[in-house]
Amino acid sequence: MIALVVNGQKHEVDAPPDTPLLWVLRDTLGLTGTKYGCGIAVCGACTVHVNGNPMRSCTLPISAVIGSRITTIETAENRVVQTLQQAWVKREVSQCGYCQPGQILSAAALLAGNPRPTDADIDAALSGNLCRCATYARIRAAVHDAAKTLGA
Amino acid sequence: MRAIDNPGRRTFLKASAALGAGLTLGFYLPPGRAAQRTATAVTFAPNAFLRVAPDNTITVLVKHLEMGQGVYTGLPMLVAEELEAPWEQIRVESAPADAKLYGNLAWGGTAQGTGGSTSLTNSWDQLRQAGAAAREMLIAAAAALWKVEPSALKAESGGVVHPQSQRRATYGELAAKAAELAPPQNVKLKAPAEWKIIGKSLPRKDGQAKAAGQAQFAGDLKLPGLLTALVVRPPLFGAKAKSVKADAARAVPGVKAVVQIPQGVAVVARDFWSAKKGRDALTVEWDESGAAKISSDALREQYLALAKTAGAVATDRGDTAQALNKAAKTLEATFAFPYLAHAPMEPLACVVQLKDDACEIWAASQSQTLDQATAAKIAGLQPEQVTIHTLLAGGSFGRRANPTSDYIAEAVATAKATRELNAPIRLMWTREDDIKGGYYRPLFVHRLTAGLDVQGKPTAWLQRIVGQSILAGTPFVGMIKDGIDFTSVEGASNLSYAIPNLRVELHSPQAGVPVLWWRSVGHTHVAFATEVFIDELAVAAGQDPYEYRRALLGDHTRHRAVLELAAEKAGWGTPLPKGRGRGIAVHESFDSFVAQVAEVTVQPDGSFKVDRVVCAVDCGVAVNPSVIEAQMQGGIGFGLAAALHGKITLKDGRVEQSNYADYPILRIGEMPKVEVHIAPSQAHPTGVGEPGVPPIAPAVANALYAATGKRVRDLPIDPAIFKT
Repeated sequence: MIALVVNGQKHEVDAPPDTPLLWVLRDTLGLTGTKYGCGIAVCGACTVHVNGNPMRSCTLPISAVIGSRITTIETAENRVVQTLQQAWVKREVSQCGYCQPGQILSAAALLAGNPRPTDADIDAALSGNLCRCATYARIRAAVHDAAKTLGA
Repeated sequence: MRAIDNPGRRTFLKASAALGAGLTLGFYLPPGRAAQRTATAVTFAPNAFLRVAPDNTITVLVKHLEMGQGVYTGLPMLVAEELEAPWEQIRVESAPADAKLYGNLAWGGTAQGTGGSTSLTNSWDQLRQAGAAAREMLIAAAAALWKVEPSALKAESGGVVHPQSQRRATYGELAAKAAELAPPQNVKLKAPAEWKIIGKSLPRKDGQAKAAGQAQFAGDLKLPGLLTALVVRPPLFGAKAKSVKADAARAVPGVKAVVQIPQGVAVVARDFWSAKKGRDALTVEWDESGAAKISSDALREQYLALAKTAGAVATDRGDTAQALNKAAKTLEATFAFPYLAHAPMEPLACVVQLKDDACEIWAASQSQTLDQATAAKIAGLQPEQVTIHTLLAGGSFGRRANPTSDYIAEAVATAKATRELNAPIRLMWTREDDIKGGYYRPLFVHRLTAGLDVQGKPTAWLQRIVGQSILAGTPFVGMIKDGIDFTSVEGASNLSYAIPNLRVELHSPQAGVPVLWWRSVGHTHVAFATEVFIDELAVAAGQDPYEYRRALLGDHTRHRAVLELAAEKAGWGTPLPKGRGRGIAVHESFDSFVAQVAEVTVQPDGSFKVDRVVCAVDCGVAVNPSVIEAQMQGGIGFGLAAALHGKITLKDGRVEQSNYADYPILRIGEMPKVEVHIAPSQAHPTGVGEPGVPPIAPAVANALYAATGKRVRDLPIDPAIFKT
């Protein structure tokens, strides 16, 4: 049994220690908002926060996150994530929507350290989050909106 | 749902009964809630497309796949408009697979499916009529209850009012009464001046769920006892499994079964990770004797040679050979395009629950009718015994509209081979499976020759196109006429420029690589060849590329209008600093018209950036401008990804790419600033999912020429050619 703390809740997980966090979140805990896109940490669809840092959960074995604070798109307690979600809806960012949880988690990590990012800052922070629908223009706009809301 | 004694409605009631389990999957609601509600109350279901519940919920059933293009928003808007229903009151549900009720009218109505940017255009009258019929029945219900003439009543904001007495009833209150009435034969649709919903950027119905991570994709589905399957497929197209060593795979904890299916070998396990480890532990020996061992480089050489020979004739206007002989000047250019993978962010996934007399499928089905037939055949059932729950797609771009229903067939075959486990099977593809799995946009070569008169006007245009047919070997093979697969020549065979002598020829060699439609299909390569070549003609004629096109568009007024709009908004003709360039392209696809002006900055080392794209689109009535803008932005990003990076290559039959690391798609930093201008129009609305794609690559190539004087004729663009 491996102990995990996800969105503030403790879980005891029965899975091999090399299992990537992504598959424990999805298949064991049923938190399917975190997506599988590439399995090699190049697309960002599986982005979650581990102790506040954005991490690619598809290549992160659960043995490496024992006792860490894990935040996923389903969080009900992260104001930055929730503000971004509202901005995402208002800006009509999502097309297919599959990559957006990862985009939002990466954006949340950016805003936590940089409350007023420029377009270049956003491009740098989200460069590892791919969107095949190319919703990038609205992603930038939504991140700026959320930054304003949080700073207000 | 109460039985309604009306023969006209029986078909629908039957269909909605079959929908039972589908209701529980309405994408807003957790399983159970919708079913409980509808099980106890009288719901007004006047036709196959909408239901009004006593709690005032209005459900619109969408027959098309939502893959990001906005059908869960644009289509319900048509119903809401005529129904006079507030947008917030509308919820969306995916229609079940039923070709009789939900056939695509753009395809003759005989098959249900999504493609060719047809969703809105084929639903335009159908859904407005569905909404209007419901409105008239709700008015009639109120008239009967209040004992007044229907003409004294009007529908507004989700209810019926009697202005004289100031009585008002909500649609929910009228649902039971309306359900007793017969649908009207003819309904009057609202005039454009009366529209309150059409033309507005109303919020997407799936926006909230998607931002919250609650939108349900096939791989997210939970069913009791669900097992996950991964399939090992042959390393070469056409190879077959010869022998399988499965002991190590079976020894992986969590692995329940290893079974051979026609497509390869399936490993079935309790979850994805166990299935993956099991698959990695499997040893399969392949019989490669029937496999295509081609290399894409060799194929390209073969196509270049073929392009020098006459092919099947797609278009022959005037006497092109003679006109070329007489021309004051002739130009020639050859263009080459690689195989491309769709690579939607969501890898293919399908859940199947197989029983002796039924097969239930959960998938982002893009061609329900074909998928249903294929599943039935494999399962040994009749198509009507196969239920398909169409879930959201995490992108598709054509990939899921596969005439072989490949991943669905694999899932059903795996479920059949593991019947003794009596478990629902969730078949998943990895990204590597996706990139290596074929069904690519075919490799194409175009060879163009044009003749100009002394004024520089084109008098002749000969275009020879070489590439695999997408239709060949599919149920659509009958659409190939006189050796012409129209999807290989679309946009060239009907070239919009007024050139008196036009000849378009086609070679469709077989190559053994599975190919498929890829967002905007033939236009992906045709628009590049035609729009770069016309630029070359303009330069040869010493004329401005914009003015040159404009003069040649003759009575193609919609082309010309978007061209002028894009040029004007982009500031065409205003000077740019050294190292920057501006290029233009215009193309019609799927009955929509799009022009784009791209601006680029090129560095001395050849690297370049697309800074800005101005896009003008005429898609008839603009039903939801925000969705149209998003589709233009997305189409530009998708086309740009191919222009900058997209390339699948084969060596000795093996695909050389495997994931986003070696098959890159567009990153946020590469996304230009995009300005979208929608041409006002009252024409029948047409699609926007694909038409944004074709013009971007040629617009960028033409901008690069303007900046550097170097012509791009091969995609993806090699920045090395711009190095100074």
